[in-house]
Amino acid sequence: MSAAEIITALAASVPSATYEPLVSSDSDVTPGILVRCEDLIATCQALQGPGLEYIAFSDVTAVDFHPNRDPRFDVVYHLVSPHRRARVRLKVRVNKDEEVPSLTPVFPGAGWPERELYDLFGIVFTGHEDLRRLMMPDDWEGHPLRKDYPVQLRKDAQTYMPLQVTEEEFRANMERDRYSRQPTPKASTFAKATVDRSASQAPKE
Amino acid sequence: MADVRTETMTVNMGPQHPSTHGVLRLVLELDGETVVSVTPTIGFLHTGIEKTCEQKKWQQVIPLVERMDYLGPQSNSLAFCLTVEQLLGLEMPERVQAIRVLIAELQRISSHLVWFGTHTMEIGAITGMLYAFREREILMNLNEMLGGFRFFPSYIRVGGLREDIPRGYKEAVKEFLDRLPGKLDEYETLITKNPIWLDRTRGVGVIAYADCCKWGLYGPIARAAGGDYDVRRAFPYTGYESYDFDVIGASNGDVYDRYLVRVAEMRESVKICQQALERISPVGEFACNDKRIVPPPKDQVYTEMEALIQHFLIYSQGFKVPAGDAYVPVEGPRGEHGCYVVSDGTNRPWRVHMRSPGLMACQSLHKFIVGGMIADVIAVIGSLDVVMGDVDR
Repeated sequence: MSAAEIITALAASVPSATYEPLVSSDSDVTPGILVRCEDLIATCQALQGPGLEYIAFSDVTAVDFHPNRDPRFDVVYHLVSPHRRARVRLKVRVNKDEEVPSLTPVFPGAGWPERELYDLFGIVFTGHEDLRRLMMPDDWEGHPLRKDYPVQLRKDAQTYMPLQVTEEEFRANMERDRYSRQPTPKASTFAKATVDRSASQAPKE
Repeated sequence: MADVRTETMTVNMGPQHPSTHGVLRLVLELDGETVVSVTPTIGFLHTGIEKTCEQKKWQQVIPLVERMDYLGPQSNSLAFCLTVEQLLGLEMPERVQAIRVLIAELQRISSHLVWFGTHTMEIGAITGMLYAFREREILMNLNEMLGGFRFFPSYIRVGGLREDIPRGYKEAVKEFLDRLPGKLDEYETLITKNPIWLDRTRGVGVIAYADCCKWGLYGPIARAAGGDYDVRRAFPYTGYESYDFDVIGASNGDVYDRYLVRVAEMRESVKICQQALERISPVGEFACNDKRIVPPPKDQVYTEMEALIQHFLIYSQGFKVPAGDAYVPVEGPRGEHGCYVVSDGTNRPWRVHMRSPGLMACQSLHKFIVGGMIADVIAVIGSLDVVMGDVDR
């Protein structure tokens, strides 16, 4: 099925959307379609419909074309139809401060790859329930896979101090834990532990 | 009964835990011995390989991508090379394709043997590990014959192979292939109908095929749940369409079925390897004849000026790849290993991305674990066969 045929099939179910076929060296196996941000979710739902059956999620990744192109990011989705033995590639073009709708309502498997893109490219996915950094530490500055992220500059090594407490805090923690051994409602022990941690976090470097 | 405490307990498993296959950290919330929730944390092995690839020339990327999935390194490099060859529009000679198939299948056996050893050991059958690593040692020696490197031979190159297969390699592979099926029988005698093994694995970590599709799980996990998607069948590469083999499937989607599928896959791989061996002539082409990409033979470099210039150009500047993007999937030991490459027309890749089957397995861990017992967590992680180098990249 070529990109043009898929677009014709999609036009019936998503009439408001505009698509553009993309040319690549593997278009005979993986036809590419350029999709507008706002049409993405409806398109992915329509692609699961009869005749197309792209029901399996394969991959989400992104490409940064920083100095060369103005909507600098391409977000690239790959979907598979295991029955029809066909693949399709969807591309969404976004700029630095634009947001992409998250694919997690349609394909929950997009959750971590989207977190990875948020981490490494700084692309924000709206509607993602748990958009945190995936690979890098939570307090990392910058997004490493962006083309304007410095690679060979000399940077000072950052050190992360483990949790350190004074003797008074240690005794207070012991007291608190003794208190919490009383019957408590569910899941409250976890919350208490996190509160104490932020209060006594040692400064970095 | 009013005094019975019903609070849940939070347990931190990993990152330094022998059965998390590297550095996977799980925060488990337990109600007694039942898992209420699981929060996987990854990134401890993140090495930024995808970023490093953008600084390298095309051929220099191959050793890097091999270090992602370090138990199936040559399926990574095969995916990368096929993608770049797609961009270049290269066709490989049949002999190269047959050698690549042989290597890819030996790689699958090697990876599955490590999985077999670690998985059985984690559940308690320590003998399995000792036996499986004995056979894997032979495969490591075969790798050493090919590339001088036991783990990451970097033998598959863009444009073909690094050099011809060494003398005695075919015989050594044949000897191994004759040996393996009997050894697999030996393993199965130990494990497959062992009542302890059945108790620990049957009905544990069940996933439905529909969930596999939604969560991006392919490979042995999806096939054990009733799927029949195999990249070698669905999108044949390097001539897999001309080989006679079965796609192994099962229907229950539990740990035991994933075990059966992987063991049967090793037998299928032996079949494919034997067919590939027959097609490999003792002497012949080991690369395509594109002079832009494949360096000239050494005897020409020493005697002919043109060949010397070409050799110098290839090793100093590399070659240019036409601008564009391509994605070629291969069936790796853990599922669909795909490589998405974007070129801007220069001698360095603009972007290299590997689709990681392990990442998908890690993010959907809760589908397998939640509601089960804490002891089953070990069985499930083993049966998913995650490699953290592949997950974190």
